[in-house]
Amino acid sequence: MEILFVLIPVSVVIVLIIGGLFLWAVKSGQFEDMEGPAHRILMDDDTPTQPKRVQ
Amino acid sequence: MKSHDTNSEQCFHCGLPLPTGAYYPVSINDMRHETCCHGCQAVAQMIVDSGNEGYYHHRTEFPATATVQDPEQILRQLQLFDLPEIQRSFVKTGAGDVREAALILEGIVCAACIWLNERHVMQLPGVLAIEINYSTRRARVQWDNSQTQLSEILQAIRDMGYSAHPFDPFQQEQIFMRERALSQRRLAIAGLGMMQVMMYAIPVYVADPGSMTWDIEALMRWASLMLTLPVVFYSAWPFFRGAWRDLLRRHLGMDVPVALGIGASFIASLWATFTHAGEVYFDSVTMFVFFLLAGRYLEMSVRRKSAAAVEAMVKLIPAVATRFCDYPAQHTTEVVPVSQLAVGDVLLIKPGEVIPADGLVLTGSSEADESLLTGESIALAKVAGDHLVGGAINVSSPLQMRVEKVGADTLHAGIVRLLDRAQAEKPKIALLADRVASWFVLALLVIAAAVALTWITVDATRAFWITVSVLVVTCPCALGLATPAALTAATGRLTRLGLLITRGHALETLAKVTHVIFDKTGTLTHGRPELLETIVLGSCSMDRCRAMASALEAMSEHPIACALHDVEAPMLQVQNIIHQTGAGLEGAIEGQRLRLGSPEFVAELHGQSLPSQFALRDGQSMVALGDEQGWLCIFILGDQLRADAHQAIERLKLLGIEVSLLSGDGAPIVRHVAERLGITCFTAQLLPQGKLDRLRQLQQQGEIVAMVGDGVNDAPVLAAAQVSIAMGQGAEVAQASADMVMMTGQLVRLADAISVARQTARIIRQNLLWAVIYNLVAIPAAAFGLVTPWMAGLGMSFSSLLVVLNALRLRQVKYERVNMLSPRPLAPATLVTEGH
Repeated sequence: MEILFVLIPVSVVIVLIIGGLFLWAVKSGQFEDMEGPAHRILMDDDTPTQPKRVQ
Repeated sequence: MKSHDTNSEQCFHCGLPLPTGAYYPVSINDMRHETCCHGCQAVAQMIVDSGNEGYYHHRTEFPATATVQDPEQILRQLQLFDLPEIQRSFVKTGAGDVREAALILEGIVCAACIWLNERHVMQLPGVLAIEINYSTRRARVQWDNSQTQLSEILQAIRDMGYSAHPFDPFQQEQIFMRERALSQRRLAIAGLGMMQVMMYAIPVYVADPGSMTWDIEALMRWASLMLTLPVVFYSAWPFFRGAWRDLLRRHLGMDVPVALGIGASFIASLWATFTHAGEVYFDSVTMFVFFLLAGRYLEMSVRRKSAAAVEAMVKLIPAVATRFCDYPAQHTTEVVPVSQLAVGDVLLIKPGEVIPADGLVLTGSSEADESLLTGESIALAKVAGDHLVGGAINVSSPLQMRVEKVGADTLHAGIVRLLDRAQAEKPKIALLADRVASWFVLALLVIAAAVALTWITVDATRAFWITVSVLVVTCPCALGLATPAALTAATGRLTRLGLLITRGHALETLAKVTHVIFDKTGTLTHGRPELLETIVLGSCSMDRCRAMASALEAMSEHPIACALHDVEAPMLQVQNIIHQTGAGLEGAIEGQRLRLGSPEFVAELHGQSLPSQFALRDGQSMVALGDEQGWLCIFILGDQLRADAHQAIERLKLLGIEVSLLSGDGAPIVRHVAERLGITCFTAQLLPQGKLDRLRQLQQQGEIVAMVGDGVNDAPVLAAAQVSIAMGQGAEVAQASADMVMMTGQLVRLADAISVARQTARIIRQNLLWAVIYNLVAIPAAAFGLVTPWMAGLGMSFSSLLVVLNALRLRQVKYERVNMLSPRPLAPATLVTEGH
């Protein structure tokens, strides 16, 4: 049971790290569009787009 | 093409049934597909020509029917966005010629639309990046100003059948983004804290007595305390702040008991941790905070979505005005941004347009609707010399005005008022819930105090914990959440159906509607009469007649004017134009006095009767053109019924709602339409006052009336009906007086909206009933000491959760698809391999 004296503080530290990662993800805008990327990955076909039209 | 293609009776582009005799083919890889109109054909051709036919494989919903646009006029309008003074408000300037703007996109119905827009815009030379947010329908586009202009990008989006306009992201949008990021952070911290604290709490609950040594338990408590600290002091901070604000205003809101509950359980647990005595309730605290924050977050995002849709509707930027270039010497006009207007400019205000600045009427006579500014619902007559107020709406005929006061805000103010009104007006039932909650909180505090005093005399050691239980268990969240959660979910549902709520009471009243009145033109029909036939009667050639009609109608925004205004016709100078509301107009072209309008009106000019073979045919209307010598020609115009009108009426009848049709048009057409749609109650040739009388009559019989209309003449009736719905394509004045705006033009959505509204009323009742029962059971149980604080926390959380989940059922209310195939699976990427 003595191992708990290490594990519990470790778990607190891990939660703090995860919390930090979460805050970073929010800050970098990863939660701004919750639906788009799910569709985008299916829509990403291999047809080459037309070359840019020349003016 | 693939098997999922539209069948032969449907438009390949928009999925509506093909009108008989329509022939607008589009060919893709040697396969011919039929579309329903010029607009759809042009858009589909554009999509295919730019190599984006993959769109038709990917899409899961049909887009709206494309409309034929006057490319030059649109480009002229769009080019306003290229002006530096307009761009200043919404364009970010990067290094060199790099510019970045935020756009609102309209017409996005599924993910394929985004794919199509991104690809198409990226193909333009000079576009550096475009990124579209699926949930907000907002785009961020970056381009090189030396190679392309913003107007070209906007035009490219128009070509695809969508529309885009810039918006100022630095105002509300940025405030909202900051707020949302903040709530996401608060929610994330509360969620993580809750999960981990629960991990420490469960062993203590399940362990056999004595199997856990005191030091392990103390360690668990300290770890829980560590993780609860940020939850209480960061995540739950808004509750404490709200409670403090409420107390300062001497008003008992929801935040007061919430803050008390959180504060009391936290301090009690803190005490227990330090003294190694009693129980800790960190798990209840964190869970409580998390559920409350989650509820508020959902509510915020739904409310934001409907607000965004309303913002898109009002299209604030740039407000434009039609200015005479060199008045009075010439009559040529230009479209200029309102911000460029100067005192002394002479403007042309078409009927239905908003008056952009304060000024004086020079010529013309009309009425101005100032209801948005003053609340006065009767339009005021305006003749030469009268003052016009910016933000009012010109109702009946064109006016020429001289600007007296400028201020870009004059127009802005009116629209902002409209938005504010929508957001400020709380539904009556929500107001009631607020008032009830306030009394509830007071009663709760009194009960808690009484319980505390009683228990101190009975058993002082338990008094504190029992009081905490009472505070936590009765938290009126279920009561406070019950109504807003249901209203928010329903509003979100309706927004997705294309119905915007602009007045708070709309949902509530809609649920009780017993009678729906439809206007005909623009509501049951498309409101866009098209020129079917031109019959020449005089000596003028057909082209000459068309050109004259086009020039006469150039100043008007009446639907008939749009059908007769031909952009390719040669421009003719028109003098002395006079509008005769309900009859037609008169003007002079090259010295020839002309009248265009109803045959009776034209006949007054030359006194000849109409050759009898031109009697009106059903469902069609006739516009005559004549001069002082006699008839010149007859235009036969027809207006098509909306494809889903019949279905919409059927569904309303199924809901037990009476339907009637009130129209200002001639009896034969109205009867024809009513018979085709199965409407038994109809009246034709009604003036606005007549419609109003009909409505009043129905209301006196105790009916709750919903009015659906689109035109300027419907505005008073819309305002008088208990609940009113304006068509999104209709006149601004109609939208201003309506409680709801139907953005998609799908009438079937009205029946869906009524179903949703009824369901909402039912769910609100269920939620309130649950909240009452729960509290009646929980308060006595807690007061007698049968509930420990953690059970109280759990009970409260589950009760709130139940209420929210019940409300969320509204998001799933079934609705029928209109003229659509069942959703198709996305085509695998390998299938899309055609060359170009």
